[in-house]
Amino acid sequence: MARFVLYRTFSLVGVLIAISILTFLIFQAIPSGDPALRLAGRLATPQQVQDVRKQWGFDKPIYDQYATTMDKIFTGKVISYTQQVNVLSEIKRDLPATLSLAIGAGVIWLSLGIVFGVVSALTAGRFFDRALTALALVGVSTPVFFIGAMMLYYLGYKWNLFPLGGYVPLTKDPWQWFTHLLMPWFALSILFIGVYSRVLRSTMLDTLNEDYVRAAKAKGVTRRKVLIHHALRNSLIPVIALFGLDFAAVIGGGAILTESVFGLHGVGQYAADSIFRLDLPPLLVITMLTAFTVVLLSALMDVLYAFLDPRIRL
Amino acid sequence: MEGIGPYALAWRRLRRNRTALAFGAVFVIVVLMCLLAPVYAHDIAHTTPSANHLTDKVDGKDVVSVAGIPIGPTWHGRFFLGADSNGRDVAVRLLYGGRNSLFIAGVATLITMILAIVIGVSAGYFRGAVDGVLSRGLDLVWAYPVVILGVALGTTLAVGGLNFGPFHLKGNSLMVPAVIIGVIYVPYVAKPLRGQVLTLREREFVDAARTLGLSSLKIMLSEIAPNVVSTLIVFIPLIVANAILTEAGLSYLGAGVQDPNPSWGTMISDGIRLIPSAIHLTIVPGLMLVACVIGLNIFGDGVRDALDPRARVRIEH
Repeated sequence: MARFVLYRTFSLVGVLIAISILTFLIFQAIPSGDPALRLAGRLATPQQVQDVRKQWGFDKPIYDQYATTMDKIFTGKVISYTQQVNVLSEIKRDLPATLSLAIGAGVIWLSLGIVFGVVSALTAGRFFDRALTALALVGVSTPVFFIGAMMLYYLGYKWNLFPLGGYVPLTKDPWQWFTHLLMPWFALSILFIGVYSRVLRSTMLDTLNEDYVRAAKAKGVTRRKVLIHHALRNSLIPVIALFGLDFAAVIGGGAILTESVFGLHGVGQYAADSIFRLDLPPLLVITMLTAFTVVLLSALMDVLYAFLDPRIRL
Repeated sequence: MEGIGPYALAWRRLRRNRTALAFGAVFVIVVLMCLLAPVYAHDIAHTTPSANHLTDKVDGKDVVSVAGIPIGPTWHGRFFLGADSNGRDVAVRLLYGGRNSLFIAGVATLITMILAIVIGVSAGYFRGAVDGVLSRGLDLVWAYPVVILGVALGTTLAVGGLNFGPFHLKGNSLMVPAVIIGVIYVPYVAKPLRGQVLTLREREFVDAARTLGLSSLKIMLSEIAPNVVSTLIVFIPLIVANAILTEAGLSYLGAGVQDPNPSWGTMISDGIRLIPSAIHLTIVPGLMLVACVIGLNIFGDGVRDALDPRARVRIEH
């Protein structure tokens, strides 16, 4: 266990360094990307630009700039180039919307993915399985913002069933929070439900042919118990592995498209906005946040594997 | 009994899979329609993808109303599928946009395949330090969220273009999103390829080639490469389908195809801005894109089943 924790911590540090350097380099490569010009404003004299450059440290060598920026991030003092506000407080403001979206959608896609996957495996080749296969295919073949736009138009505008986008904080009005998030949750989940049910179906079909499942059947364990305790429990491992990565990606701004089409001002939207303003610091923080959650959650998932499959040790 | 090669066998299996062939045909039809875009524009719609008809009238109705709402499908030659807010013919733009989307997806897939073969095969063959460096590089691209990486690269390149050694790209070139998408998907192909090469290099026929004194390059080309071709073929339709989806996503966020070039992604994104007054602007390119991607995905599944029924190739998002 100690080795596991140590190894994971090391790889976390490595990933954070690599990701931040990559982001840094992407922005260094912009030919017209001199942040001093944008910070100084349109009417700045060359002297003012020079002052800004000096004040923000853009005249220093690149590794020096990188070190200063990292220092600012970890002391919580990092300021965005274009808006000149604290990046961490901006992210703190946007995080509730993203977390609400991610957690709700995660619950939906994981539970429906598992239910559909199991039912597909049990009815393999028959009508229900085929219908779910077709649905899964539509799910993985449709861009989320197109699904979102159709939902907004038909469910929101035409039939007036749901509010037309936007985010209401949970603390302000729980019911409004819920109704505003229902459509985004399902729009985001459709793709994952398709993928997860397919993965679970195929592993479940393999597991059902394993010797220990046959042994359990032979010793007279009830069908339901065989399915849930023996077959499903072991088939969940690849699904859990996927869930860790996908969920982390959504928390870290991977749901930009969903956030954008439904007008939820979350971390993804903040990332997109900062990219358009060519504003490096927020993007650095967000990509590092994503990498952090990815590594953290994949470690958590490894712990969960050991719990699901007694043969696995940490 | 007459012997039959693995590819002839696969082709025979694929030919029997009616569903896969039918959906493959859907994709081919979409491609053909897009290729014939100039013919449609010139002979049927009598307009061009960027010609504005703001003040024209169809059947006594304004193409774009005083309130700025474009006309819906007329089911006539011109404005068959309606107009957009600039008075441009949606059907014509749909076909020209499809050319751009398909071109980007095709080039991106080519880039992915070439880079993945080079990286995956050399990492798997040389192992050790080469593998260490290449695999960590792949992990890095893998760990970076697809959309954020795409948008970051797309926006920065759209501003300044790309100047990398002998390569020069303009910011609004179609090659910019193609290169970005191509790079993003490299790990998805290179990683499984590396795994396959790792086991292939231990096989007897590779040992034999090594004993014969063949160079590493020759072994990789003539001994290893032919054995991974079927994996690559299986990946092609999947990568093309995902590249089309990614292009749409990037264009929706403004980091993909740049004005005035149409693409399915930019058309959907323009359409979403006019919801609810002109829903056809979203539905038309959206359905075309979905039809194309579904066709590719089902055909791709058929190809996979035909080549290697036990393979579990798939793309994660």
